[in-house]
Amino acid sequence: MAKESVPRQKMPEQAASERRRNFKEVPLGYTPELAKLEASRCIQCKVPGCRKGCPVGIDIPGFIKQIAENNFAAGIAKLKETNALPAVCGRVCPQESQCEAQCIIGKKDEPVAIGRLERFLADWERSTGAVKLPQKAAPTGRRVGVVGSGPAGLTVAGDLILLGHEVTVFEAFHKPGGVLLYGIPEFRLPKEILFAEINYLERLGVKFECNTVVGKLVSLEELFAEGYDALFVAVGAGLPNFLGVPGENLIGVYSANEYLTRSNLMKAYLFPEYDTPIVRGKNVVVVGAGNVAMDSARTAMRLGADTVTIVYRRSREEMPARAEEIHHAEEEGIELKLLNNPVRFLGNEKGWLTGMECVRMELGEPDDSGRRRPVAIPDSKFQMPCDLAVIAVGAGANPLLTGSTPGLTLNKRGYIIAEPETGKTTMRGVWAGGDIVTGMATVIEAMGAGRRAATSMHKYLSLGW
Amino acid sequence: MPYTILKKRELAQGTVVENVIQAPRIAAKAKPGQFVMLRANETGERIPLTMADSDPEKGTITLIYQVVGKTTAMLKNMEVGDSILDIAGPLGKPAHIGKVGTVVCVGGGTGIAVLHPITRAFKQAGNKTIAICGARCEDLLILEDAMEAASNECMICTDDGSCGYHGFGTDLLLQVLTRETVNLVVGIGPVPMMKAVCRLTREHGIKTLVSLNAIMVDGTGMCGCCRVTVGNQTRFACVDGPEFDGHLVDFDELSKRLAGYMTHEKESMERYKGECACKAQG
Ligand SMILES: Cc1cc2nc3c(=O)[nH]c(=O)nc-3n(C[C@H](O)[C@H](O)[C@H](O)COP(=O)(O)OP(=O)(O)OC[C@H]3O[C@@H](n4cnc5c(N)ncnc54)[C@H](O)[C@@H]3O)c2cc1C
Ligand SMILES: Cc1cc2nc3c(=O)[nH]c(=O)nc-3n(C[C@H](O)[C@H](O)[C@H](O)COP(=O)(O)OP(=O)(O)OC[C@H]3O[C@@H](n4cnc5c(N)ncnc54)[C@H](O)[C@@H]3O)c2cc1C
Ligand code: SF4
Ligand code: SF4
Ligand code: FES
Repeated sequence: MAKESVPRQKMPEQAASERRRNFKEVPLGYTPELAKLEASRCIQCKVPGCRKGCPVGIDIPGFIKQIAENNFAAGIAKLKETNALPAVCGRVCPQESQCEAQCIIGKKDEPVAIGRLERFLADWERSTGAVKLPQKAAPTGRRVGVVGSGPAGLTVAGDLILLGHEVTVFEAFHKPGGVLLYGIPEFRLPKEILFAEINYLERLGVKFECNTVVGKLVSLEELFAEGYDALFVAVGAGLPNFLGVPGENLIGVYSANEYLTRSNLMKAYLFPEYDTPIVRGKNVVVVGAGNVAMDSARTAMRLGADTVTIVYRRSREEMPARAEEIHHAEEEGIELKLLNNPVRFLGNEKGWLTGMECVRMELGEPDDSGRRRPVAIPDSKFQMPCDLAVIAVGAGANPLLTGSTPGLTLNKRGYIIAEPETGKTTMRGVWAGGDIVTGMATVIEAMGAGRRAATSMHKYLSLGW
Repeated sequence: MPYTILKKRELAQGTVVENVIQAPRIAAKAKPGQFVMLRANETGERIPLTMADSDPEKGTITLIYQVVGKTTAMLKNMEVGDSILDIAGPLGKPAHIGKVGTVVCVGGGTGIAVLHPITRAFKQAGNKTIAICGARCEDLLILEDAMEAASNECMICTDDGSCGYHGFGTDLLLQVLTRETVNLVVGIGPVPMMKAVCRLTREHGIKTLVSLNAIMVDGTGMCGCCRVTVGNQTRFACVDGPEFDGHLVDFDELSKRLAGYMTHEKESMERYKGECACKAQG
């Protein structure tokens, strides 16, 4: 049992005391030696559980074997058979609830660090300049339009360009990437990685048309009229939820979307070198407990806050963020105030936020989701001072495109109805996938939906609807 | 595709600039009341500007902006032939144009640029349109001729009396309201002006539309930065507006939110002036 005696290899990372004030990436990545050591922990299961846990079914033992045998080029090739964005997924996938959750080693010991190994290969490829352009199929003369340049859209673009179709990606913002660009901060996903991936797609021949708000500048019907043969809609879940409590429009109260977009896309963290301003709070509260809340809290800390507090109405067990993100946040000095619910924001005569009033909660009976429902404790209100509050309590379906496209059938909550296996919508020639179908999910799930849609679209372009 | 500046004209003693910009796809779709989000350069901010005009045949849009801070100062320093890095649009709901009878269009300052295509559209739709254009003084008044042409009757006023009526646009509006039956008022300009117009028309029970200039980031309903309170409900100015029923708008909240970044804006402007001075010397 020599193999199992090797412990799970830690990834070197920036010390918490330092990184809490800079925007550089937190984990630094495996060295080749660490990667090989970690790879040696995989026992190459004949029926690998890990693979079932991965939404795109990556041949995990396959790529890990290549690392163990020092064949990094073969390893990355294996990985890229199923995952177009390994450098991204290796960093942001919730591995602990996906691939690694099902790793056999995890039954007795800690699971094989699949995500870290994936990231290692992708980084190795990028840093050695070994990225190879694969052979494209002969041109089919078919034109595909992709609306939205997040992980779902990028996956469809990458798959269909290789199959010989012409692909144009339309993006509302001035740069492609979706949430990978405007949502997930630099310290978790360096933008240079994203730009390398976009550049790779461009070199394959994918065209990006930014500043193109589909539904306003051009409709899906008009794109068909312009000669597109098939369209993929992946506009994400871009509608911020607010709490609906008094005082929410005070200056200093942001939606997480606004806060993160200012900081990431517009680079407000580099103000005044970049022009977009951002409120730098001294005492910051973040409402919510998902990845978005963690990203907001850690951004606020890096922007110089004295205190950052995450306020959540349920308990630690119900926090939806990845364990690693919560751990990183706490290490950086972010406080969790659990079982508390904001009831109003307080401000001064100039309209600036000065504080928040909360009520304490306790857990009652389980609700529909099976989670115990938080209920307010009577007479437990209290106030906490704050000068910046970020609301990170989920997102909804943005109606800008869907509301102007009568051919698409939506569900009650405004998401597009699409066949799960193919992504086909009710509108002929239109597929959809990612957050605009499922509600906010994960990067790899959006990519999985893109992969399935691309397969179906290719079939349609070759054979018909 | 570059958004090249084809024409540049300075108005109101250089405090306001008019640019005609090449943007054929936007021009083909633009309707009165809609705006674009633009970013002048790689480090720039995204700012909203209303299309003061658009020409689908020539493939151009016209922007008229007051120079108030760094981005607008940077735009002013761009010359014919230069390109604006990013322009996205048309955004926002078009103004609701219909045949209602008599429409009074009250504009203040640069708001007149936003009001002009709306006034013209109301006239084209067969309404009697009365324009009231106000400015602090004659030198700051813009587009009198265009407003004259876009309306059946055009009245001018200045705060200091240097041109037209000596006083506020609301005084002239009151004159019109007492003189004849008015079916709709459109008020576009600085927040205090729109607020005053709405106070007056509420007393007279006349429906009033305003265009809200909330601070924006994406302009597509994604961030909630532009939220305004209308009829006690939170609405997003970029997608639910920018046009709203003025009698329902919380103007005080809007004023406060517009002042939220004053210290940042000053710092940006000072830095920019410094850079310009350095370049001029070097
Ligand atoms: C802050 C944050 C942190 C997250 N952290 C993680 C994480 O750690 N791990 C993880 O797996 N997932 C994470 N997620 C979730 C994950 O990012 C999303 O599930 C995923 O990005 C969805 O991909 P998508 O392709 O469906 O859409 P998006 O990534 O949302 O991209 C949609 C794109 O479409 C564009 N668009 C919208 N409307 C239009 C239009 N009308 N015309 C043209 N373009 C349009 C948008 O501008 C955007 O670029 C996080 C999300 C956020 C917000
Ligand atoms: C829908 C809409 C249409 C508009 N149309 C016009 C127009 O046609 N002509 C015109 O002169 N102005 C227009 N404005 C106002 C214009 O956007 C601001 O004057 C501009 O953003 C100022 O930028 P700056 O960097 O030059 O000045 P800054 O120094 O950054 O700001 C000066 C003032 O402009 C406002 N402002 C700043 N940033 C933004 C922002 N991102 N979004 C909105 N307002 C901001 C603030 O109130 C601020 O105090 C419009 C605003 C909106 C919302
Ligand atoms: S893509 Fe994500 S879930 Fe799949 S193997 Fe990689 S890290 Fe695990
Ligand atoms: S389950 Fe674990 S040990 Fe088995 S193949 Fe997958 S990673 Fe290797
Ligand atoms: S500007 Fe972001 S929602 Fe209106």
